[in-house]
Amino acid sequence: MSNQVIGYIVVFGVFIAFMYIAYATRAKRADDFYVAGRRIKPFWNGMAVAADWMSAASFISMAGAIAALGYDGLAYIMGWTGGYVVLALVLAPYLRKFGKYTAPDFIGDRYESQVARAVAIICAIVISFTYCVAQVAGAGIIMGRLMGLPMKVAIAIGVIIVIASTVMGGMKSITWTQCAQYIVLIIGYLIPVTALCIKFYGHPLPQLAYGDILQKIVAKEKELNITPLYIEPFTKMSMADMWVLTLVLMIGTAGLPHIMMRFFTTPLVRDARYSAGWALVFIGALYITAPAYAAFQKYVVLHDVVGKPISQLPEWVSAWGKVGLLKIKDAIELGGNGDGILQFKELDLHRDIVVLSMPEIAQLPYIVSALVAAGGLAAAISTADGLLMVIAAAISHDLYYKMINPNASENTRVILGKSLIGFFAIIAGIVAAGNIGFIVQIVAWAFSLAAASFFPAIVMGVFDKRTNTYGAVIGMIGGLLITIFYILGVKFGWPVKISPIAGIKDQGAGLFGMAFNFLSCIIISRLTPPPSEKIMDLVDHLRYPKKLTDAHD
Amino acid sequence: MVSVENKEDIKRRLEEYHKKNVTYIIILLIIWFIVSLGGILVVKSLNEFTFLKFPFGYYLGAQLSIIVFIAEIFIYAKLMDNLDKKYGFYED
Repeated sequence: MSNQVIGYIVVFGVFIAFMYIAYATRAKRADDFYVAGRRIKPFWNGMAVAADWMSAASFISMAGAIAALGYDGLAYIMGWTGGYVVLALVLAPYLRKFGKYTAPDFIGDRYESQVARAVAIICAIVISFTYCVAQVAGAGIIMGRLMGLPMKVAIAIGVIIVIASTVMGGMKSITWTQCAQYIVLIIGYLIPVTALCIKFYGHPLPQLAYGDILQKIVAKEKELNITPLYIEPFTKMSMADMWVLTLVLMIGTAGLPHIMMRFFTTPLVRDARYSAGWALVFIGALYITAPAYAAFQKYVVLHDVVGKPISQLPEWVSAWGKVGLLKIKDAIELGGNGDGILQFKELDLHRDIVVLSMPEIAQLPYIVSALVAAGGLAAAISTADGLLMVIAAAISHDLYYKMINPNASENTRVILGKSLIGFFAIIAGIVAAGNIGFIVQIVAWAFSLAAASFFPAIVMGVFDKRTNTYGAVIGMIGGLLITIFYILGVKFGWPVKISPIAGIKDQGAGLFGMAFNFLSCIIISRLTPPPSEKIMDLVDHLRYPKKLTDAHD
Repeated sequence: MVSVENKEDIKRRLEEYHKKNVTYIIILLIIWFIVSLGGILVVKSLNEFTFLKFPFGYYLGAQLSIIVFIAEIFIYAKLMDNLDKKYGFYED
């Protein structure tokens, strides 16, 4: 059987399984559609959160980013895991206790304001749609590279799979397909690097072995006179920049609407807390492994590729060179020294190569590459599903039902939600097939936008009774404007040029918006009338998992 | 037992519960801060030490912080279970 046939069988076999799960768990009621009937136990919800969370970028690009950035790249590791502590401690249990369907629901009800609700709806849609386009594009890139499909065909297939696993059952079928997708993605991620570790060390724990690999990398770098050393901190970012980026990624993670939404699905408040713990166990399995991937690949490159005659490079180097993920610039006209030997500086590696080339580096059979492709696709599609759900809920529930037509029947809302998922999946596919450079940029800013808008308004809504409509609305709008202004000013010098404060680049812009939002909630709220008695009772209701008596009725 | 309490007592219990919850949250967030954002500030000094062959500052960022995060969430969930039981908020 040819490799391509094996690839198709593995990938399509896996996806037929996903679609079957979606069909078997389809939903008719609004409760099932938006919050999976609130019957998802913490272990499974945690697994679904993990798949929802880990995107195409986590799967294919993150290890490469760490290989390129060294210690500074750990901002992504700490930021994207540390956010779950924040989520578990100050958000998830209260969102679950609130007991409605979405984050805009919470903001609209807590602040008794349709303006606040509208701002939240817009944020949710902008963040989720751009993020979703990046997932669909990611699915296309993975199928294109590993299976040789043309990008547009690959994207079309991706869109069909996304629609099939979301439209029938909303949140209920998404939950169970996401659990299956997690299993596929973690297997695809772990096999190649584990196999390489067995080859090097005779045991299957690359996460423990790479301390030794790091020492070997440093020794090799010293031998080849490569500076700065891989483990040296703050060579690609300043300390302040890395610190702020880590903080913004943490807060942004906790404030992303598709992650928050999953915490509405557990039966009890207590389950929401444990869900976050399980989510981080499942996410941690990949995130603890990513720096090991980076180290193993770095070592192989330094050991087998750098300093070798160009005619004697390993086979995987030329294979990935053909796809354009790796460039050899020894020739003088490309900026090299033309001596026929590959210097470190003459090697140009694309970030995605770290994960994608590992099966070949470890000399594994092609079926492993197919599993990696299936894993990457599962990562992209499970995230796209969750994001489309946010968009569908924001429009069908928050905008249509809560603001335009409060008399809409349950059936109408579910049908509207399903149609919106189909519609936005197709639009995301069309956008992804075009030029997505700008979209990829916006995804990097999504964390800043979430940190500056949702997070402060929700946290203050629970922990500070005095925070009122004025503080929260001015905080959210001002926080967003400051963040967008800083991003545009630093990145494009438009409308006014801003020179980075303390070296903080555009990705950390959320810090300023978040600070403004918190200050507004505290100060402006205290300069204006306190919230109504009804809202004070709502906050009490949020703070206690179960009512003691009817003391508050 | 609950029924004989007056409204003031109940209110006090609710506030006590919330205060303890906030105390837990603050302590856990301090630990969260130290292992991640604190670690970044002193990574160069931490890297003087070696742990499992890793420079310790690198290890803290790449692995230990995640392990601490996971432990923190489960510890918080457990602490809150106990608090819920003590104050009569535990759901079955």
